[in-house]
Amino acid sequence: MEQRGRDSAGKPVGRRVVLGVLALGAAGVAFGARIQNGLDNVLAEVSSKDPTGLTQLLPGGGGFQFYNVADSIPHRSATDYRLTVDGLVDRPATYTLADLKAMQQTRLVRDVQCVTGWRVPNTEFSGVLLRDLLDMAGVQKQGTAIRFTCFDGVYSESLTLDEARRSDVLIAHEMNGAPVTSAHGGPVRLYVAPMYFYKSAKWLSGITVTSQVEPGYWEHYGYDVEAWVGRSNGRDDAPTSN
Amino acid sequence: MTSRPGSAVPTGATMLRPRTEQAERPDELRRFTVAERWVHRTTSTLMIVAILSAAFLYLPQLAEIVGRRRLLVTVHEWSGVLLPLPLAVGLGFRSVRADLRRLNRFRPEDRGWAWRAVRHGTRRAGPAGKFNAGQKLYAAFIAGATLVMVGTGLVLWFPHLAALDVRTGATFVHDWLALVIGVLVLGHIRMAFKDPEARHGMRTGWVGRAWARREHPLWAREETTPEEPAAPDDPGPDKTGPAGADPADTTPPGDRN
Repeated sequence: MEQRGRDSAGKPVGRRVVLGVLALGAAGVAFGARIQNGLDNVLAEVSSKDPTGLTQLLPGGGGFQFYNVADSIPHRSATDYRLTVDGLVDRPATYTLADLKAMQQTRLVRDVQCVTGWRVPNTEFSGVLLRDLLDMAGVQKQGTAIRFTCFDGVYSESLTLDEARRSDVLIAHEMNGAPVTSAHGGPVRLYVAPMYFYKSAKWLSGITVTSQVEPGYWEHYGYDVEAWVGRSNGRDDAPTSN
Repeated sequence: MTSRPGSAVPTGATMLRPRTEQAERPDELRRFTVAERWVHRTTSTLMIVAILSAAFLYLPQLAEIVGRRRLLVTVHEWSGVLLPLPLAVGLGFRSVRADLRRLNRFRPEDRGWAWRAVRHGTRRAGPAGKFNAGQKLYAAFIAGATLVMVGTGLVLWFPHLAALDVRTGATFVHDWLALVIGVLVLGHIRMAFKDPEARHGMRTGWVGRAWARREHPLWAREETTPEEPAAPDDPGPDKTGPAGADPADTTPPGDRN
């Protein structure tokens, strides 16, 4: 009863704050792309001189974000690890880590670009060209695509045969000069340099040549199968590899 | 499921309950109704779930522990999008609407209160009504921020509905505002942690009169005077209570120290 008189005496600051936040949010959405670009440069500068690593946790702070679709990080030791190549090939094969290390090695230094926006510049991966493994197995005429499976038991990916034969697609066992850690998909992961990082399947255990592209894990949830950096998933990032 | 079933389910008819209950508790004041407490309880649960799932999605150190990304994404999306629901339902209750009006309106005593609280502490910032200016600002900011988070979150949830730069902008706002909300909610929890009686009030709906006089003196005064009008010897309580200019004159305690 007496509340009415009292309330009308005050200024509706609460409503103004709500509307103000909404307006700021809308402005942020409108200009966010440009602001984040500027911030990325600042943050990259700051985080390069930040011994605590805390800036890496800020949005756009430039570190790896960890993504895992399985229940836990799968572990496989260097001696237990096996990579099988099968499907539409003349000579199916199984490789140990030592086998892979004994083959011709290729080193790539490229930016890693995630489809969610983060980018890690100048990341080094070393390993065997996927092309070499395919040549050794002998792809049959009907084989036009590759399906990758992982020992986390959940993840899968795909490439066309032409993409798989590129000279920037690696079966990687070293990252930045050290063995690929379990968290980063070790001991062996796929590295598809010109594509968004979800293509670079961690914990790679199987390479199967198929007659058509079988969409991988995230591609069942709306991600593009052809994941070229800057030309897919509605993004326009700078390409990571030519 | 209320934490104090003994107090929440009295014997009398519901319409009479507040008055009889108040009579049974001479040393306490009714601060929140059942509806208000349920709005707070459900909103805070959803908020905590949304924040925790966000942390486990976003921070590599935490993400490595749990994995299960699809499940976390689903939990985060639904806890987030449901956040405005409890208050929307609460709008159907008079007590909720009344407190929303109080939160919305800045009265003379709120002017400069937040600034004084930052400089001298909340105790010396001058008298407050049922909600102090800091609580009002927090409520309004969180309400606006929640709506922005739901809006930008939906853009990220259904990426095909929006153009690329809208999505990039939405990501930018969602990420940075999440950080701000995280800090504010932590601050909110810290304040509650330091004040057991405030927590008791939110848990049971009742607070001690002494606490109310100390933390929300203007509210304590207005809650006590309406009982008096029956007594004719009281010199016009309506005039002294809500006059508006009076509270400002009583501010000096803040300056005295």
